Amino acid sequence: MQLTEKELEIVEILEQDARTKIVDIAKMVNISVNEAEALIKKLEESNVIVQYSSIVDWSKISGHEGVTAMIDVKVTPKRGVGFDEIAERIYRFKEVKALYLMSGAYDLSVIVEGKSMNEVANFVSQKLSTLDSVLSTTTHFILKKYKHDGTIFEQGEKDKRIVVSP
Amino acid sequence: MKQTKTYLSKTVEELKPSGIRRFFDLAAGMEGVISLGVGEPDFVTSWSVREAAILSLEQGYTSYTANAGLLELREEIAAYMENSFGLQYSASNEMIVTVGASQALDIALRAVIDPGDEVIVIEPSFVSYIPLVNLAGGKGVTVQTKKENDFKVTPAELEEVITHRTKAIILCSPNNPTGTMLNEQDLKSIASVAKKHDLVIIADEIYAELSYDEKFVSFAAIEEMRERTILISGFSKGFAMTGWRLGFVCAPKELTEAMLKIHQYAMMCAPTMAQFAAIEALRHGNEDVNEMRKSYRRRRNYFVQSLNEIGLECHTPGGAFYAFPSIERTGLTSEQFAERLLVEEKVAVVPGNVFGQSGEGHIRCSYASSMEQLQESIKRMKRFLEREF
Repeated sequence: MQLTEKELEIVEILEQDARTKIVDIAKMVNISVNEAEALIKKLEESNVIVQYSSIVDWSKISGHEGVTAMIDVKVTPKRGVGFDEIAERIYRFKEVKALYLMSGAYDLSVIVEGKSMNEVANFVSQKLSTLDSVLSTTTHFILKKYKHDGTIFEQGEKDKRIVVSP
Repeated sequence: MKQTKTYLSKTVEELKPSGIRRFFDLAAGMEGVISLGVGEPDFVTSWSVREAAILSLEQGYTSYTANAGLLELREEIAAYMENSFGLQYSASNEMIVTVGASQALDIALRAVIDPGDEVIVIEPSFVSYIPLVNLAGGKGVTVQTKKENDFKVTPAELEEVITHRTKAIILCSPNNPTGTMLNEQDLKSIASVAKKHDLVIIADEIYAELSYDEKFVSFAAIEEMRERTILISGFSKGFAMTGWRLGFVCAPKELTEAMLKIHQYAMMCAPTMAQFAAIEALRHGNEDVNEMRKSYRRRRNYFVQSLNEIGLECHTPGGAFYAFPSIERTGLTSEQFAERLLVEEKVAVVPGNVFGQSGEGHIRCSYASSMEQLQESIKRMKRFLEREF
């Protein structure tokens, strides 16, 4: 799908801050509010903008810290459907936050979130590795999130400029 | 009574301190101020550029470079000038790497001014031009541009102040403080004046990377102008590298050699680690510059439209990151306006009169601030205007 320059700008603005008000977006890209509204609607309907969500640092919320694991999965692709069928079987689990088909030493990268290591371990041993096409799994637990989807979790950078300068 | 002897030179004694200084002191002591008074990008230098400087330090590149700067950097600058602006300057004898565009300006002026020569400064203008002309022994002659012309100078206005002592014109486009960018047509009309009176043009193009609507055209690209142009640019604005103090000047060989004499005695060379950083900026910084430009453009569009909505009439600036709205309808002078806005609503702007007589009735607002800060400043300015005027 080919986007116009204005549409592309809107996507970039919303990707940076999904809460930017439509009146402000309209000003930023120099179009009317109605036009901005229509363009955003079009982007939503065509699934270019899939969803608006927040990046939450769960590690800050007591009792909800949770654990995230990245699991390398080797599978046997099936004739006719390749990896798509097994991928679908995996991503339908609500524990699976992301799933990618990879090049290299393994096939699927599965990102799983759970309340505890135990919960993730149970998911891997009972759900994931028991699937017919799954040959092997390697589970890596994430110890600390520094940056996620382009957002740095600990924003330490303050404006260091002097207040008035020529 | 015995008069205390002053050790100061007449020239320095007569220099006026910058009007910005007073405002800085006023704003610096206050809490919770949103500053639109900052004349520099709000981006931190790209990490890859910072990293390149760190690497150069780790490798021990801590000695002087050639007077004109690292040849490697000059070659990158030559390629950059050609690719970005279609200009050809020889890396070996037509450019000097300087300590910011400021030093480039200083050596340019000192290279061409004889005592008493006149240099035309187009106001509103950057605060350093006239003092630097004076320090070089010259006399600054101002031209006042008009709001109705979007602060563009006309040939007639130039002709009016040209005398047999006129040596040069300082041109700044995109402009600080007005944001006005001169297009090819504007440059051509100035070029014809320069040619007729055989003047040097000192083209301060430090904001060249930050043009939003039309493609930037360098004065040196205008037919027959290269030979009389001293082109000044640098890394501060486009590459968000103000604190590195790194600029450069390009000019025909004879002028460059003259400037190099001053530079080698007064400065030796620009800081080495900054030069290594600049090589990285030119090699791989293009995408970052594009991203920053896009971001400024959006903020300009938002900010200028919002200023007009709250009743501060403002032309759309084609470049840099300044809006220069009129505050005439409030009946206040620009200093009164800026001071009251600061005290009553804690928004710092720079009063237009510090940029020259024709800046009176205006304020300079830098939109190199986060969207949140810009939104909040608009809210505060709106409240201020509704309450008081």
